[in-house]
Amino acid sequence: MAIDKATVHGIAKLARIKIDEAEAESLVGELSNILDWVEQLGQVDTEGVQPMTSVVEMRLPLRDDAVTDGGKAEDILRNAPEAAHGFFVVPKVVE
Amino acid sequence: MSDLTRMDLSEARDLLAKKSLSAKELTEAHIAAVEAARPLNAFVTETPEKALAMAEASDARRAKGEAGLLEGLPLAIKDLFCTEGVQTTASSHILEGFVPPYESTVTANLWREGAVLLGKTNMDEFAMGSSNMTSHFGGVENPWHRAGSNQKLVPGGSSGGSAAAVAARCALAATGTDTGGSIRQPAAFAGVVGLKPTYGRCSRWGVVAFASSLDQAGPMTRSVRDAALMLRAMASYDPKDSTSVDRGVPDYEAALTGEVKGLRIGVPKEYRVEGMPPEIDRLWQQGMDWLTAAGAELREVSLPHSKYALPTYYIIAPAEASSNLARYDGIRYGLREPGDGSLTDLYESTRAAGFGDEVKRRLLIGTYVLSAGYYDAYYNKARQVRSLIARDFTESFAEVDLLLTPTAPSAAFAMGEKMDDPLAMYLNDVFTVPASLAGLPGISLPAGLSDEGLPLGLQLIGRAFDEETLLRAAGVLETAAAFDTLPSFLAA
Repeated sequence: MAIDKATVHGIAKLARIKIDEAEAESLVGELSNILDWVEQLGQVDTEGVQPMTSVVEMRLPLRDDAVTDGGKAEDILRNAPEAAHGFFVVPKVVE
Repeated sequence: MSDLTRMDLSEARDLLAKKSLSAKELTEAHIAAVEAARPLNAFVTETPEKALAMAEASDARRAKGEAGLLEGLPLAIKDLFCTEGVQTTASSHILEGFVPPYESTVTANLWREGAVLLGKTNMDEFAMGSSNMTSHFGGVENPWHRAGSNQKLVPGGSSGGSAAAVAARCALAATGTDTGGSIRQPAAFAGVVGLKPTYGRCSRWGVVAFASSLDQAGPMTRSVRDAALMLRAMASYDPKDSTSVDRGVPDYEAALTGEVKGLRIGVPKEYRVEGMPPEIDRLWQQGMDWLTAAGAELREVSLPHSKYALPTYYIIAPAEASSNLARYDGIRYGLREPGDGSLTDLYESTRAAGFGDEVKRRLLIGTYVLSAGYYDAYYNKARQVRSLIARDFTESFAEVDLLLTPTAPSAAFAMGEKMDDPLAMYLNDVFTVPASLAGLPGISLPAGLSDEGLPLGLQLIGRAFDEETLLRAAGVLETAAAFDTLPSFLAA
């Protein structure tokens, strides 16, 4: 399916990736080509076929709802671009 | 170049066990080899000091009579495995400078068995690619060249740095990860052995996620025996990965009996694709002849949905990636671009600056196929076709024990080739993607040279959790192929 520039901007917004007009322009063609190509799946009769949810036959394991790890705030914050007082710092979101 | 780097992993293990060599000597030789191979750009991060410290600790353990499966053996680790205290980037700008405070389960298993870390290998960004050209840190050069040419070739991808490091004798073995062919295709391009285990065999915990229903770690080595040895150390049941399977890990080396009499080998007729180079076809036929001569039986089988595997993969993998990579938002780790000061603009600017073109393309496709109104038409349809692809394999494996195919539709191509056409690049994985979608184990081994003198790989695909039969037959092919040509980089 061919997609237009407005659609590309819409997807980029959903994906939280800033794109400029020139990028949107070239993405229209690239994404349309890829989507055209994957649409050959329409030829496959999948009537009544269950979508695959797990590639290995296994029951998802359950564990006790208990704390097994933790107390590592310092380790976790070490890679933060900005941290203060044991928290991640983000731009102000509430006036 | 030192003889100590020309051995196989298992030969080095045996010499260390006899104490005719120390881990320190072996590691020093490999550190020198890593330095000598810098023009290939196979490593993102070299860790020579850590390697020496680990080697000395290994020698001390051995002196006390303690030795793990990989005691004192220097390895390269794909930069997708989190390594505590050592930068882990997934070859992306967005993770540049990220130093994990924890160790992936697979690498923790390797260190527990005594292995030594030489460094982290270059790869396609977030494992998205088949050429290693999408790396933020630049492409990796294949240590092989076409006869009489010095044109730079790609080592394949995404585990291109690992493949190049093993082929160029920088590391005795390396880890890779395979989502649609990322271990097997670069192994074929660089003339090494690459094994993608059954989904669930190796823990994904601490491996930077690309497409979680497909990602699987595996070894890249210079022999089938080495792959068996590495897999035994890498595999484990891990409660921290809910898709890790609780089954004992066999001694895979014990499976290498050299015997395939009576084994039924399937040849899928749909893998005879149009326009396949005659040299690939010849090699495939040669592989069949080798197995028949060793007493195996050949049977033609049909995997009727094979032609739909690539489009299925290019819906499912981007869909999962778009969800997995949502975490790179400039808040908790990695790059932050402040943008205009608002939170949304910070996210959008960070991701625009941090991701490369191929990653962006896949995230946009993935976002699209999961978006309201398209979810059923694309994502659910692909999951249904995936069920049919898996069913094809199940039906074939009722008649045969293994499948034999080429690994890739061509030998290594030049750096820069296929870069302007994403679809042409995707076709590299035509023979590897189906087994990935079905979660099955596959191995690529170097089986011959192209007309231009480049390595070509043969692939065997096995039943789920039957890596033993896979390795056994691969061992027989390896003996028959007697592939011993060195890459031109080493001859220079």
